[in-house]
Amino acid sequence: MTRARNRELLALIPVALLLTAGFAAVFSQENAKLGNLSVTYGAYFLAVCLATHIYLRIRLPHADPYLFPLMAVLTAFGLVMIYRIDESLARDQANWFVFGLVLFALTIQFLRDYEVLERYRYVIATAGILLLLAPRLPGIGEQVNGAYLGVKVGPISFQPAEFAKLAIVVFLASYLRENREVLIVGARRVLGVTLPPLKHFGPMLVVWGASMLLLVFIRDLGTSLMFFAAFLALLYVATGRFSFVVIGTLLFLVGSWFIVSTVPHVHDRVEVWLHPYSDPTESGYQILQSIFAQADGGLFGKGFGQGLISIPGHPNSALLPAAQTDTIYALIVNELGLFGACGLIATYLLITARGFKVALLANDGFSKLLATGLTAVFAIQAFVIIGGVTRVIPLTGVTLPFVSYGGSSIVANFVLLALLLLVSNRARREAEEGAPLEERGDEPLGALS
Amino acid sequence: MNRQIIKLFAFIVALFAVLVGFTSWWSVFDAKALKEENVNKRPLFEQQQIPRGRILAADGSVIAKSIPKGKGTGKRYVRHYPFGALFGHPIGYSFMEYGQTEFEKYHNAELTGEESEFGTILDQLTGQKQEGEQIVTSLDPHAQEVAMGDLEAAGYGAVVAIEPSTGAVKVLASNPSFNPNRIPEKLTKWNTENVRTPLFNRATQGQFPPGSTFKVVTAAAGLESGVITPETTINAPGSIIDEGHELANDYNQDWGAISLDTALTNSVNTWFGQLGQKVGQDKLFAMMEKFGFNALPPIDLPEDEIEPSGVFEGNEPLTRHDPVDLARVAIGQERLLETPLQNAMVAAAVANGGKLMKPQIWKRVVNVDGSVTKTMKPSVYSEPLSPKTAAELGTAMEGVVREGTGTKAAIPGVPVAGKTGTAETPYNKECGGGENENQAWFIGFAPADHPKIAIAATVSCTEAFGGDIAAPIFRDVAEAILAGE
Repeated sequence: MTRARNRELLALIPVALLLTAGFAAVFSQENAKLGNLSVTYGAYFLAVCLATHIYLRIRLPHADPYLFPLMAVLTAFGLVMIYRIDESLARDQANWFVFGLVLFALTIQFLRDYEVLERYRYVIATAGILLLLAPRLPGIGEQVNGAYLGVKVGPISFQPAEFAKLAIVVFLASYLRENREVLIVGARRVLGVTLPPLKHFGPMLVVWGASMLLLVFIRDLGTSLMFFAAFLALLYVATGRFSFVVIGTLLFLVGSWFIVSTVPHVHDRVEVWLHPYSDPTESGYQILQSIFAQADGGLFGKGFGQGLISIPGHPNSALLPAAQTDTIYALIVNELGLFGACGLIATYLLITARGFKVALLANDGFSKLLATGLTAVFAIQAFVIIGGVTRVIPLTGVTLPFVSYGGSSIVANFVLLALLLLVSNRARREAEEGAPLEERGDEPLGALS
Repeated sequence: MNRQIIKLFAFIVALFAVLVGFTSWWSVFDAKALKEENVNKRPLFEQQQIPRGRILAADGSVIAKSIPKGKGTGKRYVRHYPFGALFGHPIGYSFMEYGQTEFEKYHNAELTGEESEFGTILDQLTGQKQEGEQIVTSLDPHAQEVAMGDLEAAGYGAVVAIEPSTGAVKVLASNPSFNPNRIPEKLTKWNTENVRTPLFNRATQGQFPPGSTFKVVTAAAGLESGVITPETTINAPGSIIDEGHELANDYNQDWGAISLDTALTNSVNTWFGQLGQKVGQDKLFAMMEKFGFNALPPIDLPEDEIEPSGVFEGNEPLTRHDPVDLARVAIGQERLLETPLQNAMVAAAVANGGKLMKPQIWKRVVNVDGSVTKTMKPSVYSEPLSPKTAAELGTAMEGVVREGTGTKAAIPGVPVAGKTGTAETPYNKECGGGENENQAWFIGFAPADHPKIAIAATVSCTEAFGGDIAAPIFRDVAEAILAGE
């Protein structure tokens, strides 16, 4: 059991080195000399990670050893990129990082028996939907670029969708755990297509309707896509019926096509995606600049701190709009090249692999579905924003988990990590106790079964 | 459920593979096209962060340099031109917001250090910052100054001076010029000045009727084709009838039977008109093309900032198969138009024993660390004349300066060969529509026995003759260059 934690400790060392090296690179670019501040930042970061590690050693000794270091890599990476964009933003982000870890610890402290979540699933679902709709509430709602994603209460503003995704995953995991049998058994074949039973088709339609409403209300195709994809992923894992996924996808396509053709803002986003050159200086500006920034990166990139975010001599101009949030991936490609970007994508893939590993090891249905849902929504979120920046899908305002600037994103994702580790801790403990003869749990990184 | 989880993972791997695919497409495979995309201003901004290499004159004085402004990632370099308007042409300008022109544009790759792709990848791996290379030109600031000074006194016009043996361009002056340092505030205004056209390089883009300077080409065709020798005489009456119209000598003077020397020295129209007819269109046009007519001159300036010379119908130069009034072409009239650069090339070819060298402004490219990476190797563009013909023609052109229409080009103690030209350009819009306006020319080389410089000088909108207004410019510029040798 301590072997897992020792691995975690070892894995944290390259993280601290990466962060220190990254800050050093940015420093040397900005000041042409190497300050010892970079080492200081690296040391702080390592100290915070160590504290978290010791806490995990005590509270979740069996939990997956790679998830936390992998997420720390992303956070370190994000901090350096944000520091390179704007020093004060990086300070904010570092504070949010610490706050996220506090919430991470609190989640682990108070949700050791995470099945309680099942008991409150409807409360949680309602809270999730309210969170999603909050940005449309008069007084506190905030509109950014035509989409309603933010809420501002006094000085604090946050993106409720980041938290809503947790609530929705918890609800779906619980709901599908209970109804999966009925969905499978009651399914009928109509014209060669397996359809879910009518009675239980209802809830599926409700989720579909909810994600469509989401699209209409918050007008963000990315968020809507992320939720619905997570739902389909869970539905597929719970029932094993691929036909449900096909039906769901068709429903989503028809629904979003209708909405795209009727809601102007969503329509514009899709138009820009299809024809960015038709208005290169206004609506097409962001996606084109993001692609131009990537074109300049090449294989190796221009190096940390060497890319252009604003027009030289005009610090307030936006050559790469929203570099610290939406288009941070484009900046990464610009400065670290295709290789750096592949490293980042590989990190997300490793986290996904470890997350699914947790789900594979889990013994009860709820734990399996919860781990699957959390991992899937995390991976899909990364896909939605990177896909947006690379023009695979329309560009939307979803954050790049752990890397983009934004308190809500980092805090919510640390709670997501806490839940995954909770599931993992129990699964691996049970595995060790239940199957003492078999050495389970510490397979090479990324192994699935 | 485990089977589904593994399938789901496989699906997500596929999704991420798509992301890697698209990222590769934008960052590597489609990168070149994206960088050349018109709306992509990023390469321009980045170039501004690279210290663009300096441009130096032959004597090492700085024609263009980059001055740093701001710091950190906001650091950029702004171009400064210490000579101001003196080298507005042919150096042009380079500013992020206004782009590049002329020499700055043509040599952009060297000046920004983007010469070799291999170099930049190596630089990326070693973290080396890109830096521009510096270019040393063959331009002579003192001679350029003399040329500009004379032109400003004379009127709109141009001077081109080429070293015959190498093609090195020593002077390329166009008046009115512009001060490239003031492009940011003046560009719009200068662009709208339709008559002064300060941004228009008259030396390379100005197509003017060459008048009698073209008789050098006609003579070359006659000698080289064997139609005449220096001793051949042609009867030159006061006027002849050509294509139904009178073609006359100055003051209708009847010269009788004369040979090339006398005809060229006194610029006898009827003599050269008949010579043109004897040579025929095929041979005359073939000779023109060997001198560089009907093509863009092979100089290191952007294609859209140089113009061809030839007999024009609209914008198209006519070929040897198109109907022309040959006798009038032979004396530099008809629809014949010639750039000062082309006329300097004619003089340079005769001066260099009949071998035309490619005119080039740059001399060598010098690396950031001071080592020479490239040197201009003089190359032959064509060989319009045999050395014998060139020598015969040179002797005839010496007569022009010694005792003919071009005596004002004479330099004490130095034999000079040349030819004057005065094309009448009445009612020219550029000249304000006056009745007595001429395009005055002088082309020639010195020292005639051992040519070091070939020059074409021209002045537009003048009532003076080439021998009176252009010949002295030739003399001053040639003296300045020979004094510096």
